[in-house]
Amino acid sequence: MAKEQFRFYTRLHLSELTGLRASTLDQLLKLLKQVPGSSIYYHTHRFLQQHQYLSPEPPNDFAYWVSEMVGEDELAEQLASIDTVQFRNIRSLRDEIVRTVEAYLRSKPLAKLRFSSIGEEFHFVKAVSFVIPTNNVANNLAEFLQIIKRITIDSIYYHVFEARLRLEQETNDFSNWIATALGDTALADEISRLDPYTRTLEDLRNSLIAIIDKRMGERRE
Amino acid sequence: MINVWVNAVNKLDEYGPIVGPAILDDLRLIAGKLKGKKVQHVNSTAVGGGVAEILNRMVPLLKELGIDTRWDFVKGGEKFFNVTKKFHNALHGRAEEITRGDFETFMETSRQNIEEFDASGDIVFIHDPQPIALIKKKKNNKWIWRCHVDVSDPNARVWSFLMDFIEQYDSAVFSAPSFSRRLPIRQFLISPSIDPLSDKNKDLPEDVINDVLEKYGILRDKPIITQISRFDRLKDPVGVIDAYQQVKKYTDCRLILAGGGASDDPEGIEVLNEVMEKAKKDKDIHILLLPQDDIVINALQRASTVIIQKSLREGFGLTVAEALWKGKPVVASNVGGIPLQIKHKYSGLMCRSVQGAAFAIKQLLNSPEYAKKLGENGREHIRNNYLITRHLRDYMLLFLSLFYKDDIVYL
Repeated sequence: MAKEQFRFYTRLHLSELTGLRASTLDQLLKLLKQVPGSSIYYHTHRFLQQHQYLSPEPPNDFAYWVSEMVGEDELAEQLASIDTVQFRNIRSLRDEIVRTVEAYLRSKPLAKLRFSSIGEEFHFVKAVSFVIPTNNVANNLAEFLQIIKRITIDSIYYHVFEARLRLEQETNDFSNWIATALGDTALADEISRLDPYTRTLEDLRNSLIAIIDKRMGERRE
Repeated sequence: MINVWVNAVNKLDEYGPIVGPAILDDLRLIAGKLKGKKVQHVNSTAVGGGVAEILNRMVPLLKELGIDTRWDFVKGGEKFFNVTKKFHNALHGRAEEITRGDFETFMETSRQNIEEFDASGDIVFIHDPQPIALIKKKKNNKWIWRCHVDVSDPNARVWSFLMDFIEQYDSAVFSAPSFSRRLPIRQFLISPSIDPLSDKNKDLPEDVINDVLEKYGILRDKPIITQISRFDRLKDPVGVIDAYQQVKKYTDCRLILAGGGASDDPEGIEVLNEVMEKAKKDKDIHILLLPQDDIVINALQRASTVIIQKSLREGFGLTVAEALWKGKPVVASNVGGIPLQIKHKYSGLMCRSVQGAAFAIKQLLNSPEYAKKLGENGREHIRNNYLITRHLRDYMLLFLSLFYKDDIVYL
């Protein structure tokens, strides 16, 4: 039995339009510095949920737009390669995106002359998140595993991504509970080492299931 | 005002095998947070067009989730709907001569509707411009204006006229980011959806598909390219024929242009005649003006090799979602909500011209494996993002957003 239960939450988001748009890299840079953190969050995480079948396809909207609409593939690659998992908060992630675009424009000033066609501008959207407790509660690792198998990817998303980055937690909720309530730091570490940004959410679910299954097998032995 | 009574066709649990039972659990959780709220939808027609189609499915499901939901539509004569059609075209950026008398006609009918409207809902949900003036009835309740049309480049005069109403709403909703404009009220992005269990989208036995083709005299002896749309210049049916003619020089194929009319669309017959004239010498072009028969549309889509949606403007373009859900490779214009549904070369092909459309169709006809992969990706994309269950979730979150102002809401 765990020292305390784990209650699964779900996090659902609604997309709020800001009315802000960019058609050049200069405009994009200016707005990147101004928009709310929830907009940076939206554009760096939306692909994970909306394009679950595409992996490892463009991990953020900025990279997709710079490549497909502006045609600056080198900058797009740099933006796509930003290691999102290393950032503990949106502020530092935003700083890195801004730094990347600024450095690129300094080294390739002609890129400032490129622009997207009419109708293909970058539109800044922000996420409004609703966090709701579900009826799923685990008292031990076996129950935890059964719930992981059936909950929505939104719930997995909340406990892995939202908790860690947007809410500035040190680790993800699953590892935190497994370490503190079950006292299994090895399993907690293994889960926290998963890079969730380079796999689809269903792959992430399957990886979690495989890791926990293996651990339970070891315990039985 | 006329109330629409809709009977449930499918129960919520029937969606479980398609989206997974956990998604339905989430819907019930959210609905629980809206207990006691009464929602009133208002649009301009009970049949024909995407809005009525969505409400027909959505309203019973909201009721099943325990949300007290009502649906009314505004009354208006031919004169009123001619004006709102002009508004529609002008909002899409088309040149329209709009007179002072047109605005007066709009206001005259609106005044009658305002007088009759019982705005007793906690949340009043107005769809499109036709009933927009009902906002005059706003008291302490929450009002949403849902814009289903592409207003990325609207006629300034019509937009300015509508803005006087829009700014009185609590929130506005658009179908694509490119439609958003700087507004003094909150605005949300909510895409429409398709219902996988409806007659238009459910699986069909092969003999039903063959019966439909036989009825309309269409042989399956060569690849079939299809555009399903009402006959409207903004859907560019003439451009579709041009693209087909370019493809046909290299690959023998058939073209189906099929669609119905909506009761608020008086321009359709005129466009149909232009299309018939353009196609008259080619027996492989099948032009079908269909009555409302969703099984026929479903069968035509399923019988197609490639589906095209060459719109010049588009609200969202639900026909694209329908085609992708059937696993079909799609060629579509980069307008309105279409880029949300298709990521170029991943879940379909985008085009920006007749030549581009023809090139993309040829690619798909010549590379069936590639076409199949695009169709499979497209189906998964629709399953994850554009089915009615996601739409229900977004609408309920929208209702909740009216009562909270923060970016993170703990319920």
